[in-house]
Amino acid sequence: MPLPDSFFGSKFAITTGDLEGWLAEALASGGDYADLYFEYLATSSIGMDESIVKSAVQGVSLGVGVRVISGEKTGYAYSDNLSPESIRKACRVAAMIAASPSKVDKTSLDEGPKRNLYPVLTAPTETSLAARAGLVKRADTAARACDPRIFQVQASWMDSMRHVLIATSDGSITTDRQPMARINVRVLARENGGPPQSGFSGGGGRIGLDKFTAAKSPEAFAREAARQALVQLEAVEAPAGEMTVVLGPGWPGILLHEAVGHGLEADFNRKGVSAFSGRVGQKVASDLCTVMDDGAMEHRRGSLNMDDEGTPTRRNLLIEKGVLRGYLADKLSSRLLGQASTGNGRRENYQNIPMPRMTNTFMLAGESDPADIVRSVPRGLYCANFGGGQVDITSGNFVFAASESYLIEDGRITRPVRGATLIGNGPEALKYVSMVGHDLKLDEGVGTCGKEGQSVPVSVGIPTIRIDRMTVGGTAGAIR
Amino acid sequence: MTGTEFPHRNTTGSASPAVAESRCPSPNCPPPDIAARAVRLAMERGATDAECTVSEGDEFTAHVRMRSLETLKEAGSRAAGLRVLVGKRSGSSYTSDLSEEGLRNLVASALEIAAISTEDPSAGMPDAAELGALAGDLALYSDDVARLETAWKIRQAMDGEEAALATDARIVNSEGASFDSYTGSRAFANSLGFLGAYRTSNCSLSVTPVARENGKQERDNWYTVARTPAALEPAVEVGRRAAERALLRLGARKVATTRVPVVFDPETARTLLGHVFEAVSGDSVWRHASFLADKLGERIAPEHVTIVDDGTIPGLFGTSPFDDEGVPSRRTVVVERGVLKRWLLNSYAARKLGLKTTGNAARGLTGNAGVGRGNFFLEAGEAAPADLLRAIRQGLYVTELIGQGVNIVNGDYSRGAAGLWIENGEFAYPVSEITIASNLAWMLSGISAVANDLRFRGPTASPTLVIEEMTVSGQ
Repeated sequence: MPLPDSFFGSKFAITTGDLEGWLAEALASGGDYADLYFEYLATSSIGMDESIVKSAVQGVSLGVGVRVISGEKTGYAYSDNLSPESIRKACRVAAMIAASPSKVDKTSLDEGPKRNLYPVLTAPTETSLAARAGLVKRADTAARACDPRIFQVQASWMDSMRHVLIATSDGSITTDRQPMARINVRVLARENGGPPQSGFSGGGGRIGLDKFTAAKSPEAFAREAARQALVQLEAVEAPAGEMTVVLGPGWPGILLHEAVGHGLEADFNRKGVSAFSGRVGQKVASDLCTVMDDGAMEHRRGSLNMDDEGTPTRRNLLIEKGVLRGYLADKLSSRLLGQASTGNGRRENYQNIPMPRMTNTFMLAGESDPADIVRSVPRGLYCANFGGGQVDITSGNFVFAASESYLIEDGRITRPVRGATLIGNGPEALKYVSMVGHDLKLDEGVGTCGKEGQSVPVSVGIPTIRIDRMTVGGTAGAIR
Repeated sequence: MTGTEFPHRNTTGSASPAVAESRCPSPNCPPPDIAARAVRLAMERGATDAECTVSEGDEFTAHVRMRSLETLKEAGSRAAGLRVLVGKRSGSSYTSDLSEEGLRNLVASALEIAAISTEDPSAGMPDAAELGALAGDLALYSDDVARLETAWKIRQAMDGEEAALATDARIVNSEGASFDSYTGSRAFANSLGFLGAYRTSNCSLSVTPVARENGKQERDNWYTVARTPAALEPAVEVGRRAAERALLRLGARKVATTRVPVVFDPETARTLLGHVFEAVSGDSVWRHASFLADKLGERIAPEHVTIVDDGTIPGLFGTSPFDDEGVPSRRTVVVERGVLKRWLLNSYAARKLGLKTTGNAARGLTGNAGVGRGNFFLEAGEAAPADLLRAIRQGLYVTELIGQGVNIVNGDYSRGAAGLWIENGEFAYPVSEITIASNLAWMLSGISAVANDLRFRGPTASPTLVIEEMTVSGQ
């Protein structure tokens, strides 16, 4: 049977019969399961620096990854050549993990369910390069126009279109067309020859170029980057020690990604190496905290119609009113844990083995007015923006780096402070959440998560929250 | 910290004479021929200059966990990247299709996207006189890596993990052990007539055990990496060391917020050197995005601090015969006895600063070159690490840093840390869930001692060093 509406069917003449034959080859030495992941990825990037379009790159990579699972063992091989001989060779290499007679009868493949969470009529990759360069130029112009103290601007655009086809020995063929685009603006500001300070903003998602002309306009990101750099010109040293911390809405949701998200990935938990292992049903956060991971949100950076193993993504409840409810699973860990895949099997590209990963991770809104949350704090720190974070999943210790924060004095946000790292312990930190705002916001679409050398796009979100106790790593000594 | 990465693909390799033939009949022809062919095609189609990188490699991973084989991965790939100049405009492209048709598309794609770039007065190539490659064997490739048998590689991982599990009854679990190997080659050609290629190999063993006591668990890791299997540390020692590191962390406490001397072990000290590298790389300097940008010729550290970049040392991970613009690697003294002497430059940053390239161009496969390091290190001092500790009444010995709280533009430094508390010159107890903070400028001028234990386990290296005071934030 030909693959009618498929990119790989029409471009590479791959048929259902080919896929069935290759899966049989992969399972020829035994093994419980095999899959083929075909990927065609076209990317382009345009970078402007000193108001000159200095960098412009485009290219294509394609290949197929072959995986064979036998018990807890995985064999993996890939080819960057889609000739039948190369694919068969990869199947034979992956099959070496299993060493017994074939036990799977010929797989018969059917098309899996279809949906489209990111209907993009015209993908950014299909629009003119000049139109995309135009967005970068607008960002550059807008950032420079903000303030004479802005003296360097780097604006960049990146887009990609990924076509995938996944054929699995449990009988499904799924295909997807996954667009992605983002714009970044980085600026430096300086006052009277003093030290420079930086500001960064950006955003995007699985969206078309038209979205960047309205809500996510280049000018809006440029102004935000400039604002952050100008704020830093006024910043004093950050405080040090334990204190009350208020996180603003949006990207500060990276707290959830580091404090609980990674620790709930099922591979770590099936191995018992996570600080959250064996804690389902236990209290790991205050009653006010309900945390979700949802890969099925429209147009989001972390969204997928189906994960990279062909399982449809969905909304998964991680923490319900403070109680740990479940883990994020891929096919291998779900089978070994005796549950269903949660649709979180993801991989960077065809050269990599899928593993449990987050998608869009966020905390549900509470009932407090964000202004009341700030007013409730006599002395503390308000964090509006962060850089990245990191976690040691075994001890549970995590960090995230505040890039824009302010002192709270007598219930009011006052002076901005320099960048500082916040540190906590995953299963403990959210127990100190004492207020949750009604202003849930997701980030603008800039997150990339790294795990075992593989990067995947993710989103995070959080309403304004108050954490009664968290360690802040400034240089200025204790807050008084 | 959800995994460990090794210096795999971005390391460089041994010089071998390149073939100047530029016909490319099939995608199976040697990488230098493909690179030269792409450059010639680009010039025929209207580029005024062109440069092409072709990279190919074979990777292998065996991962074992709790005494069973868990993952085997094996594959090879190749790809080409092209950068063209059309006057003062530039465009870049890449592909994994190395057929004649693939190369034609590569050229068309680079020329197409060059058309949307704008003229950059500083765009260009290195001067032809600067091109060249180091002669002689740089010991970057060993056939022994390609010849390793799968069973032997699995056995190394098994032995490493077993040694960790056998070290102590408190080692109760494991994230496993991995043996990785890689062999590859990199070819580079440009329209000024440079054509060069070299091969690299490396292999590594990494072990990550989990220790548990009183309901708390800690993991740590140790690894060995080398260009040849013979230079690897024995698997049993890697496993035992990994276990000892995990055991040392058990019972960690949080300390009260204070200011004390901080000792960086070689693994954490080299992350500091990484920040210094970013701050002295020409790209940060010309755009004033470095806290050191105005400090050339000034004292930035005490007399006993000398920092060198040297891409010529045989067998090391930052060594290569030429950089990613075809300029020979060399030794550059960046900080000499505390005084900032030189930036590290590619040809672009050199033009922006009115200087000459230092042979530090780096790029993955395509695009404008950035600035990369050779072997970037702090020269060893004379004291044993234990002697440095003995001089500290109260302080922190750091063995792990997490997070990205480092700002190269203004030097602000704040990272999560774990390690051992020092009292009266000796280790008192393990500490974790704390941060250390300062500013990189203060930290450099506050390097009060440098030990004699310099070892190269990657392209960046440092001996144990002491910073006289940082803010430790805890309770």
